[in-house]
Amino acid sequence: MRYAETGFNLEVDLTRGNIERVETDPGDTELYMGGLGTNTKILWERVSPEAEPFSPENLLIFGAGLLCGTPATGCNRTIVSTISPQTRLMAFSMMGGFWAPELKYAGYDKVILRGKSPDLVYLWINNDKVEIRDASHLQGKGAVETAELIQQELNEPKAQVAAIGLAGENRVYFASIEQGKSSASRGGIGAVMGDKGLKAIAVRGTKDIHIARPAEFMELCNEVLKYIKVREENPIPGVMPILAGLGSPQEMKVHDEKWHTENFMWGNSRIRRKGFWNEEVAKEWTETMENAKTRLVSCYNCPMECGATISIPGLPTYMMKCFTKLTYTMAAMSDLDFGLRIAQRATEYGVDGFSAPQVMAFAIELYENGILTDDDLPGWPSDSEGRFYWLLDRIVRREGIGDVLANGTYWAAKEIGKGAEAYAHNNIKKHEQLPLKLSMLNPIYFLMYSTGEKINITQIEGQFPQAPFPKREQREAFVKDWFQVPDEKFKQYFLDWELRGENSIPYYPTVEMTCDIVDWQERMHYIDDALGMCSGLSSFPLKPPYHIHNYPKFISSGAGIDMDEAKLTQAARRYRTLVRAVNISRGMRRKDDKVPENHWKKRFPELEKELLDAYYKLKGWNNEGIPTKESLHELGLDYVSEEFVKRGILKDSEDASSEEASAVTEKT
Amino acid sequence: MDEKKKKIIKTIKIDIDKCNGCRACEVICSAFHAAPKYSGNNPARSRIRVIRDPLRDVYVPVHAGEYAVAECAGRDKYTIDGKEYDECSFCRASCPSRDEFKEPDSGLPLKCDMCESDPDISEPLCVQWCLNDALTYEEREEEVEEEVKQEDMEIGLESLADKYGLDKIMDAVARMSESKKD
Repeated sequence: MRYAETGFNLEVDLTRGNIERVETDPGDTELYMGGLGTNTKILWERVSPEAEPFSPENLLIFGAGLLCGTPATGCNRTIVSTISPQTRLMAFSMMGGFWAPELKYAGYDKVILRGKSPDLVYLWINNDKVEIRDASHLQGKGAVETAELIQQELNEPKAQVAAIGLAGENRVYFASIEQGKSSASRGGIGAVMGDKGLKAIAVRGTKDIHIARPAEFMELCNEVLKYIKVREENPIPGVMPILAGLGSPQEMKVHDEKWHTENFMWGNSRIRRKGFWNEEVAKEWTETMENAKTRLVSCYNCPMECGATISIPGLPTYMMKCFTKLTYTMAAMSDLDFGLRIAQRATEYGVDGFSAPQVMAFAIELYENGILTDDDLPGWPSDSEGRFYWLLDRIVRREGIGDVLANGTYWAAKEIGKGAEAYAHNNIKKHEQLPLKLSMLNPIYFLMYSTGEKINITQIEGQFPQAPFPKREQREAFVKDWFQVPDEKFKQYFLDWELRGENSIPYYPTVEMTCDIVDWQERMHYIDDALGMCSGLSSFPLKPPYHIHNYPKFISSGAGIDMDEAKLTQAARRYRTLVRAVNISRGMRRKDDKVPENHWKKRFPELEKELLDAYYKLKGWNNEGIPTKESLHELGLDYVSEEFVKRGILKDSEDASSEEASAVTEKT
Repeated sequence: MDEKKKKIIKTIKIDIDKCNGCRACEVICSAFHAAPKYSGNNPARSRIRVIRDPLRDVYVPVHAGEYAVAECAGRDKYTIDGKEYDECSFCRASCPSRDEFKEPDSGLPLKCDMCESDPDISEPLCVQWCLNDALTYEEREEEVEEEVKQEDMEIGLESLADKYGLDKIMDAVARMSESKKD
């Protein structure tokens, strides 16, 4: 019997309309866990480095995490993996919600989609009965609307539906996949779904998930619940409210937006508005939020209330979470009321709440600087809010300038030319980033930004405080009950970290310490992504209930796989390296591991080089960022080095590729 | 005539305003009632269900009550605070009109037993796992007529008898005991 996982994947060939239920190899689970880990293995094996994102060969994999569907609190994530049209690298955006557990109860760990359907269809998974159904009547419908319509026509209110909106149908490079209050947004995976002619996947399951050693597993679950209670009653002092507790940043609950509005950038990630937050704004925005919000809501089996139902009179209801609350507001230089209103339309269209506002602010900036003219933007409004709606409507339909902008700022700038590239200034690996511009280089963030292959800072940071605490007593108090550290040395790193003086950024934490810290933070995210755990209870917040010491026990007792910290660390390293390998095979190199030039005012090229060199070494990568034969061998990934040698990426005799690697193919 | 007896009435208080729709109650209920205990879980076997309609802000946790042979002749709709609740939103019965509170494979009815077990546990598990206090537990003493407690198996058999007729059930039992002898 298989425990925690079902042991079956659903293979769907959309070209031929063929559906198969395929048993998986338990050996792969032991080596790659599930979710992201096994998704990556499948992508490596089946999607060639030459495969275009919009080709039948590209796979779109919906993977439930290994522990999804078990009683482990907060374990509900779907990891969607494919090749991104925007970065042309591996994308592995994720969503919480209710979809992954439902898939497990239906009897599957993954849905693997290949090919392209000639007509728009949706997939209906009802336990053993799986069918591809016509979706022509859903064409152009909003993502939230689609989910409702499908539930109604199937007469299955309990079916969980992941759907794309117009943006996905029209292959917008930052189209999302929406599911209730959750969405898998980054990397344009909704565009790949649209390219495959798949409007939605509805799933309903009523089967059991089995636990290997129930008593032990339940004790761990109960400990976690107990700790969540303790942690919620004792927020961490000395950090801003949204970072003091657990969960995603509690944007739906917290009204005080001083920190975001004054430290994050407005417009096209340009303007910092110190002193913006005053009593009047606070009062107005609090009222707006309180009037719009009907209830705080959670994902499956989780007490945290990170999302909210938003009902604005005259607009359809939708659900929201986290920082999307402010991205439209700040990009348009507007107010919260506007932000919540346009987010409703954007959610139905299915676009990423980070990229979409930035693309629109970028267009406005191009216009203000004479690069786009009235000829490009015929009849567009004069106010910023109006322009945002105007642009959004055209982007998702790929109309006129919208067709260019729909490819994101990097590709749009290239196509527009006339110096537009300077305005696409906030990308990493061609992907729009959080609007942050800071002063002094932070070595930890430098490495995370440069090397994080999820290409989103929130998906690698966490665990280690973002900044030092001013007083030693505060630091001592913090480390006292910091049992989540994998090694005692991290406490010392933090104790000695000062705001100013010798032990401050950029030279402290030292290069070696920085590498350790980043490696730990990244490891926890990768473990979450294989198990399906929400980072909000694990890798993202300080002092989380899930950590490197209890995870191996969860896996041993839940999935029946003998696990300890070393073995789990090794497994995470294995599939993390495999993600790297997929991207290396697609041309990514050291030159791509870089932060937007203006992210920090004060840069330290020598230190940055040293940091990258040391981190690559710790990761087992050569100076170009390519995993070495030796490290691949140690991880049981000889099949990767064989391929690398065959492709001339690694030499037979030495590790480093002497050739200057070709840039990631720049074709549209 | 039955004697009046003092009895502890176990009450789960449900505050639907506090429900966040996470369904942890369904998870832990189905895990607790798995055989062997906690060996698996499956919300479709849970004896508590959250009747959810997120976009209409409807969240109603309901515990399975008595099995009903037939569906109601007339059905009600409720409007509370301007929100409309479906005809069966507040009903606890396992009945032919819907698939709530039935074992997914056999269709046999499910009923909340307040997690009665040996050794006794302090509160039903759905309450323990609801950190948002949408479910809270209360005990009160009442004088009641003594009644014979109907065991799970009996409830199940009765519903099968209602569905197929007692004769068919007896035939099936006879056949099954024959085949077990081989």
